[in-house]
Amino acid sequence: MTVTEITLTINDITVTVPQGATVLEAAHQAGVFIPTFCHDPELTKFGACRMCVVEIAGIRNLPASCVTVATEGMVVHADSPAVQEARKTVLELMLANHPLDCLTCGKSGDCRLQDYAYLYGVKTGSFEGERHCYPLEDDNPFIVRDMNKCILCGRCVRACAEIQGNSIVEFTNRGFNAKITPAMDVSLAASDCVFCGNCVAVCPVGALQEKRLRRAARTWEVRKVKTTCPYCGTGCSFDLNVKDNKVVGVTSCDGDVNGRALCVKGRFGYGFIHHPDRLTTPLIKKNGIFVKATWDEAIGLVAQKLGQVKAQYGSDALAVLSSARCTNEENYLLQKFTRAVLGTNSIDHCARL
Amino acid sequence: MTNSIAEIAGADFILAIGTNTTEAHPIISLKAKKAQRNGATLVVVDPRRTELAELANVHLQLKSGSDIALLNALAHVIIAEELWNNDFVAGRTEDFEAFKAIVAKYTPELAEQITGISAETIREVARGYARAQKATILYTMGITQHICGTHNVLAVANLAMLCGQIGKESSGVNPLRGQNNVQGSCDMGALPSVFTGYQAVTAYDQRAKFAKAWHVAELPARPGLTVGEMMDKAGTDELKGMYIMGENPVLSDPDSNHVVHALEKLDFLVVQDIFLTETAALADVVLPAASFAEKDGTFSNTERRVQRVRKAIDPVGNARPDWQIICAVSAAMGYPMQYATASDIFDEMALLTPTYAGISYARLEQGDIQWPCPNANHPGTTYLHKDKFLRGLGKFNPVEYIPPAEMPDAGYPLLLSTGRRYFHYHTGTMTQRTGALEVHYGTEYLEINQADAASLGIADGDMAQVSSRRGQVKIAARISKVVPQGLVFTSFHFPEVAINKLTNPAKDSLSKIPELKVCAVRVEKAS
Ligand code: SF4
Ligand code: SF4
Repeated sequence: MTVTEITLTINDITVTVPQGATVLEAAHQAGVFIPTFCHDPELTKFGACRMCVVEIAGIRNLPASCVTVATEGMVVHADSPAVQEARKTVLELMLANHPLDCLTCGKSGDCRLQDYAYLYGVKTGSFEGERHCYPLEDDNPFIVRDMNKCILCGRCVRACAEIQGNSIVEFTNRGFNAKITPAMDVSLAASDCVFCGNCVAVCPVGALQEKRLRRAARTWEVRKVKTTCPYCGTGCSFDLNVKDNKVVGVTSCDGDVNGRALCVKGRFGYGFIHHPDRLTTPLIKKNGIFVKATWDEAIGLVAQKLGQVKAQYGSDALAVLSSARCTNEENYLLQKFTRAVLGTNSIDHCARL
Repeated sequence: MTNSIAEIAGADFILAIGTNTTEAHPIISLKAKKAQRNGATLVVVDPRRTELAELANVHLQLKSGSDIALLNALAHVIIAEELWNNDFVAGRTEDFEAFKAIVAKYTPELAEQITGISAETIREVARGYARAQKATILYTMGITQHICGTHNVLAVANLAMLCGQIGKESSGVNPLRGQNNVQGSCDMGALPSVFTGYQAVTAYDQRAKFAKAWHVAELPARPGLTVGEMMDKAGTDELKGMYIMGENPVLSDPDSNHVVHALEKLDFLVVQDIFLTETAALADVVLPAASFAEKDGTFSNTERRVQRVRKAIDPVGNARPDWQIICAVSAAMGYPMQYATASDIFDEMALLTPTYAGISYARLEQGDIQWPCPNANHPGTTYLHKDKFLRGLGKFNPVEYIPPAEMPDAGYPLLLSTGRRYFHYHTGTMTQRTGALEVHYGTEYLEINQADAASLGIADGDMAQVSSRRGQVKIAARISKVVPQGLVFTSFHFPEVAINKLTNPAKDSLSKIPELKVCAVRVEKAS
């Protein structure tokens, strides 16, 4: 099968793309920026927000580039005055019904509405209209939903259906009353939501936020460190969000296994890292009670006792349990230690459980 | 897994046996759901009506522990109706005749009596599996945690070989490993009979190779003890000292009372962990370890994918990464181990391990690699057994059905099965301390069928006392359609419901895996 290609120009840049590609994809390939809200490369095309409109020679109106298929010889202007005007209007309408609490919003600094308002110089107040006054939903420990900030891009609806396969949230009502909710307009906690947070990961504004992370740090304060989930054997990747030498949250990265998808444990199960129950010093049991010890004391005692058993009863009186939760390097070293130093093959772990 | 996780989405027939995938491996379940949305048939074999079973095109709600009867009957139908893959069986396998002889007696009608699944349904599923372009089998502990666990696995492999549904993309036999690095721990030789990469300790050449690399005169030749055997020998005083790193056998192993008793008898126990677990509480010395966020290293996931773990913060308090603690203990015992970084340890391991030989931290910076990866130019391996099996020809190992070790009787009339919940993990040491998961899912319950509850006078929410021959726990009852009559179920995540006090330590004689999926219990309304 030969893939036919077509050639078009965008902002006077000539670009060749496979047949079937959208104008937005072609622009991306040409290095031309087009702003989007509802578009997400991993999700089905929606074409609703109208932020990605462009001007195409010979076509009346301004089509949405995310759902317009590129054709041979097409001449596209992605930044013409008409396009800019249209985008400004989209933003003005959104802002007219958006709580402008960027000063305290947890998503500030990682919000497309904010970014595009800045980019197009849109201030508030051009339209004065009715405003929503939905109650804040935070009756669960994972996610805060603020439907007043929702721009109805529908990414969460598609992420829940197409990534998570659960279809918990849906569009309801029309016009000004249009809203995204679980069936019967209940809260997430009252629905069958599994709190994977995959909807949160795709929300371009502040409508869906990770409850603890967004209260713990401004978006620009965190350092992100990509790592591998410590729970099940799937091996999802994510970014640990670090502030002041503390893990304050987890956000999606583009993992080889999982893309941006995570489950509730991976995304919201990091709190144990700084739990007050963490062991922070070696302990030695004296008369049945644990007493704090220095590393030198503890290591010295362990070496002495293990050595004693080995000398008195032989190597096979010793055994070691390694850990399916520790790293490969640690498992390697512990079996090396068991075999080379203790002198026994009695090492195992809970693979069977 | 013989295949990769991503390949599941490309299968057109998925046979999920004894895997509660949406709860235990949520992201893997997304691939199965995606395959189904694209038109694949999903068949779920599970005594419980799990969320995955709800989604399935066919749910085979078999009686606990009757898997071999089912799997053999599927093979029986496929042979009887001549749906098997002649070319594959002739070219790539051996001992087919012996297998054929055994499965001959497992008619769907016989299997119906043993499993409770209708003969016609068995026939339909057999046809679907055999005729699929790319059929894949997923399984977890529901297959392995039985006294016949090894045989269950062989029965699965037999079925796959019979139809040639292995060794190609999206088609294979895929055990889903429960814990983040259980694959890696096995790969690294944290097992009593093998060094890294499954190189046998009984082989002279292997011992010589490792002894030379480790600068020791010799290494022990006799395979060591498995965890269950360790507990037995500690109980009888033959074992005197133990070193436990990051494990909590008091809660995770069957027959907890026996485990506690055994560990208490030791002359010396050192436990290295991030929390003072139920096991650490029994130790003479406790060493505080760093969590995954506080150290560098690698994990190997269930699809053999080697992935980086990166240090994000300094260890809390005086905790130290496990690898540094091991080095310190070793040095104090007169065998210095000197590594500047985790990467140095990896390099030493890779030199000794053919399946990991081509992997290095530098390469992992460019992306994960799935072993086998024999050299630095090898891209890694997404699916196994492409043109031949590791041992050459795939061997049919005919197996027979045997009932579970402990079946219900007058004194203990119900079956207890144990497993995992979506919101928690293993013995709960981490997930009970997140400030989120345990807030949302804070108490455990016993799933019990309406009919059983009614006859016991138990209402939803009542406290129930569950007893087996080994112990008892109190737990709130939840009347649930997930379990059929005669079966009760709960998890092992909650220390206050230490369900492994009840479970049966009877083990598979080959794998030594305990039969955690079946034990006989009595349930009463607690006063
Ligand atoms: S958290 Fe997950 S299940 Fe819940 S609405 Fe969002 S995507 Fe759907
Ligand atoms: S995020 Fe969930 S599915 Fe992924 S590895 Fe972690 S526990 Fe497993």
